[in-house]
Amino acid sequence: MQQLADIVAQALVAIESTNDLKALDEIRVNYLGKKGEITALMKSLGQLSAEERPAAGQKINAGKQQVQQALNGRIEALQTEVLNAKLAEESVDVTLPGRKLPTGGVHPVNRTIERIEAFFADLGFSVASGPEIEDGFHNFDALNIPAHHPARTDHDTFFFNPDLMLRTHTSGVQIRTMEKTAPPIRIICPGRVYRNDYDQTHTPMFHQVEGLLVAEKVSFGELKGVLYDFLRNFFEEDLEVRFRPSYFPFTEPSAEVDVRRKGDKWLEVLGCGMVHPKVLASVGIDPEKYTGFAFGMGVERLTMLRYGVNDLRSFFENDLRFLKQFQ
Amino acid sequence: MKFSESWLREWVNPAISTEALSEQISMAGLEVDGVEAIAADFTGVVVGEVVECGPHPDADKLQVTKVNVGGEALLDIVCGAKNCRLGLRVACATVGAELPGGFKIKKAKLRGQPSHGMLCSFSELGIDVESDGILELPADAPIGTDIREYLQLDDKQIEIDLTPNRADCLGLNGVAREVGVLNSCDVTEPVVAEVAATIEDTLDIRVDAPEHCPRFLGRVIKNVNVQAQTPLWMQEKLRRGGIRSIDPVVDITNFVLLEYGQPMHAFDLAKLNGNLQVRLAQAGDKLTLLDGNEIEPREDTLLIANDQGPLALAGIFGGERSGVTTETTDIVFECAFFNPLSIIGKARSYGLHTDASHRFERGVDSQLQAKVMARATALLLEICGGEAGPVVEVKSDAHLPKAATITLRREKLDNLLGHYIDDATVANILTRLGCEVAEVEGGWQAKAPSWRFDMAIEQDLIEEVARIYGYNNIPNLAPVAKLEMTDHTEANLPLKRVRSLLVDRGFQEAITYSFVDPKLQARLHPGVEPLVLPNPISSEMSAMRLSLWTGLLGAVAYNQARQQSRVRLFESGLRFIPDASAENGMRQEPMLAAVIAGTQGEEHWDSGVKAVDFFDLKGDLEAALALTNTPHQFSFRAASHPALHPGQCAEILLGDKVVGLIGAVHPQHEKKLGLNGRTVVFEIEQQAILQRQLPKAQPVSKFPANRRDIAIVVAESIGAGDVENMIRKVGGNQLVAVNLFDVYRGKGVEEGFKSLAIALTLQDVERTLEEKEIAEAVESILVTLQSEFNAQLRD
Repeated sequence: MQQLADIVAQALVAIESTNDLKALDEIRVNYLGKKGEITALMKSLGQLSAEERPAAGQKINAGKQQVQQALNGRIEALQTEVLNAKLAEESVDVTLPGRKLPTGGVHPVNRTIERIEAFFADLGFSVASGPEIEDGFHNFDALNIPAHHPARTDHDTFFFNPDLMLRTHTSGVQIRTMEKTAPPIRIICPGRVYRNDYDQTHTPMFHQVEGLLVAEKVSFGELKGVLYDFLRNFFEEDLEVRFRPSYFPFTEPSAEVDVRRKGDKWLEVLGCGMVHPKVLASVGIDPEKYTGFAFGMGVERLTMLRYGVNDLRSFFENDLRFLKQFQ
Repeated sequence: MKFSESWLREWVNPAISTEALSEQISMAGLEVDGVEAIAADFTGVVVGEVVECGPHPDADKLQVTKVNVGGEALLDIVCGAKNCRLGLRVACATVGAELPGGFKIKKAKLRGQPSHGMLCSFSELGIDVESDGILELPADAPIGTDIREYLQLDDKQIEIDLTPNRADCLGLNGVAREVGVLNSCDVTEPVVAEVAATIEDTLDIRVDAPEHCPRFLGRVIKNVNVQAQTPLWMQEKLRRGGIRSIDPVVDITNFVLLEYGQPMHAFDLAKLNGNLQVRLAQAGDKLTLLDGNEIEPREDTLLIANDQGPLALAGIFGGERSGVTTETTDIVFECAFFNPLSIIGKARSYGLHTDASHRFERGVDSQLQAKVMARATALLLEICGGEAGPVVEVKSDAHLPKAATITLRREKLDNLLGHYIDDATVANILTRLGCEVAEVEGGWQAKAPSWRFDMAIEQDLIEEVARIYGYNNIPNLAPVAKLEMTDHTEANLPLKRVRSLLVDRGFQEAITYSFVDPKLQARLHPGVEPLVLPNPISSEMSAMRLSLWTGLLGAVAYNQARQQSRVRLFESGLRFIPDASAENGMRQEPMLAAVIAGTQGEEHWDSGVKAVDFFDLKGDLEAALALTNTPHQFSFRAASHPALHPGQCAEILLGDKVVGLIGAVHPQHEKKLGLNGRTVVFEIEQQAILQRQLPKAQPVSKFPANRRDIAIVVAESIGAGDVENMIRKVGGNQLVAVNLFDVYRGKGVEEGFKSLAIALTLQDVERTLEEKEIAEAVESILVTLQSEFNAQLRD
């Protein structure tokens, strides 16, 4: 059996010294293949006596297994090496920037409008819209602003002719909605409005969101409650809110609403009131049966307060360096 | 409306600070716009008298004086003011005084002469009055008195911004009444006694238009010294009310205007020919106003006239012909009540706005004229002397406003406020406001005071009660409504979804003006007449937009001028297309538009930089169209548009209706629009994309899909999209996908032709397709393409 020991030793040396999977396979064939040296020893067992055969067979098998294990181990080691080499080659600088598809952004004015819509959607208000070139009835008359009413001239209206103008508020949408819909009505009307004024604090076009609720027994206390909740949500801070008597031809009582943030001054943020009975009557709603509240706010102003924008005009310059800040 | 706080406190003086008072006024609805000190802070200035005054020996422009400030010794003071003269009472800053700006008065020598103080001008005391020289005090100003005390300089000017309904507060009396109500304290009105006539002169007054002028008072006052000096107290009250002193007659009318909110007018009796008329203008009337402008009043305009023609625009502005001048000795005071509706809008129509028109068009108290006439007469006689004739009043009771009697129901009050205010408080508030209040079944009846002609309906009273009670004392409530779910339609694709898609694809949302530069717009949309604003902010903002492109392209140019190399913008909004058949002659169509320019992506270490082209934006648009779930209902057709590149312009069709346009901006416009390089735009009607088809789920086939690629050669003029659409149309149910994956021109394809490589995917839901069926299906498609497009299978 000295022969077996030599063959196994030879095989093991050959396996260990090989760095190539193909050469390893050749070694396998040379020792363990059909014509391999260890296979040949197996075949020579027949020449031994029956007594000697089992022990010799066991030894040869053990030798065969030893070679097989060495082969397997070496294959695995070589495969790992190959894989590691490949992985090493594939490694990247993970700090390099990825391939970008940069995301754009919604305009800050629309961002505010969307937030306001969401707050009021919670209370069942739906969004209504309407024309921006409006007639005198919808922009003024139906809102209890007759011809030559000071409120009509105070509005700095862009007239095309005495009965056609750019809307000065989105209230016309409220009128159009009330004309078509029976109470209860809960709508908010966001959109562009126009006033003939252009300076540091005025642009000739800006955005309003107006709201309207008409139902039985709607009260001023409810108007206050809704707007208080809205302002707290909008600013997400514990601010003071006050209702200051004011005048709008389309509401009675009317109020302006001021907010004060900690350590700050009072700032006027919206106007509101109980819908004037003449407005309800002008659209065929019985003011004895129904009451309502309405409110209106300037979107740019709220956006400026919320995000610290200090120049109103930047909203319409569409400077990407400004817009991209609103992600 | 501006007024002096100390004047207000002469009428009503609640024990509260200026801050508390102004807060209180604001919270009552008379919004305080500003509270300003009448004078800057200073100390040590007293009333003095110039007792010696002579030229400075060494300086031409200086005088050497001795001033008595009531101390033991006279003060030597060198003064440079021209009006410094012997006997003048002056404001003298003594040694140790600190003037505004921290300027301290010390003993000094001016050109060798001792000067132990300074004679002050208004501006040196931080008082905003234009004047040459030093302040001149009345001869009875008490020597030695602190000037702050004497002139009441610790006063504040309060400015309130009044809403149009509160014309009653356009006079100090109204503000005082309001403060009295808010503080439950008494209002002390100055005593206005009727001035008895001492002469019999009157004027023949005729009111031809009593509906426009229900009350007119005229009074002759003779032998008036119009050269008299307006007393300092009146000048100061006027100044603190924002009105400059002119002459005593004008000052008196302005004074009562501030005091009672009642405009008056003074005529020169000598120029009236003994008569006055109130009438509407007639054709041919001409009038030269006090500012020298000549107008031809329209026939809707109320005039004060006499038998020789127009004298004044009633309630608005006086005329030159009858005005009081320095030569005037006899005057006529007019004090009238004009119907607000007769005055409203008139001043503006003549380009005027006066203190009188401001008040008359909002309305004055129709019961006030006699009192104000008496007040003005008394002041005139006191300041200018003279003898007053009897007051002539012409009135028409039928046309005078009637005080409204309004019923306030308890139930309505509670419901509208959502809060209970007790009976006594309600009645007390209304009474304090001047209403005559009576309790009636279920509520109250209130007769509004003549000055609160804005009170007309029940809601007005509710507002008054709530206002005085305090809006902020009414609790906040949660609204009560039935929890009814609103209708939601899933097939409505929200615009927000489309906008989100564009944002996620790298677009920044823009908002551009709805009015644009008509010249730029005409370049993009020649031959289409936009609606033009008659009174725009500027000519660049005067034409209503016909598309969203003008604004968006302007924004591209703006950003490119600021080194932005990659611009992707979109906007949604209305465009305005004149159309006689639409409401108000205008189609106001909601559109969605986008623009790209510059590089496709941002510069990156692993990829090159490529300029955008038509297909970049088309891909974005197609992604948006795919949100409808029916992308193949949309198609693109080569088209032309003046704004766009003739070879890169397509109409967007929904079915066979054109709903939009996409294309590269025509290179000839690039420079004029300030664009840098290829710029691609689209605009589509929102209506076309805001409907989506609900998903209809189909079983997923368990059988293999078969891909067959075909390459066909067609003429260049054949649209690849049309080929694709045709394949889809005839491909049958088993054709589950069509994808054009290559377009080839060049070797092997004849000039004027192109090769299209298209992958067809065939699959059946119930079985594996056999080779023969697949071949037949492909063949049938090829036959159609051959007959429709003369397409040849490429070898």
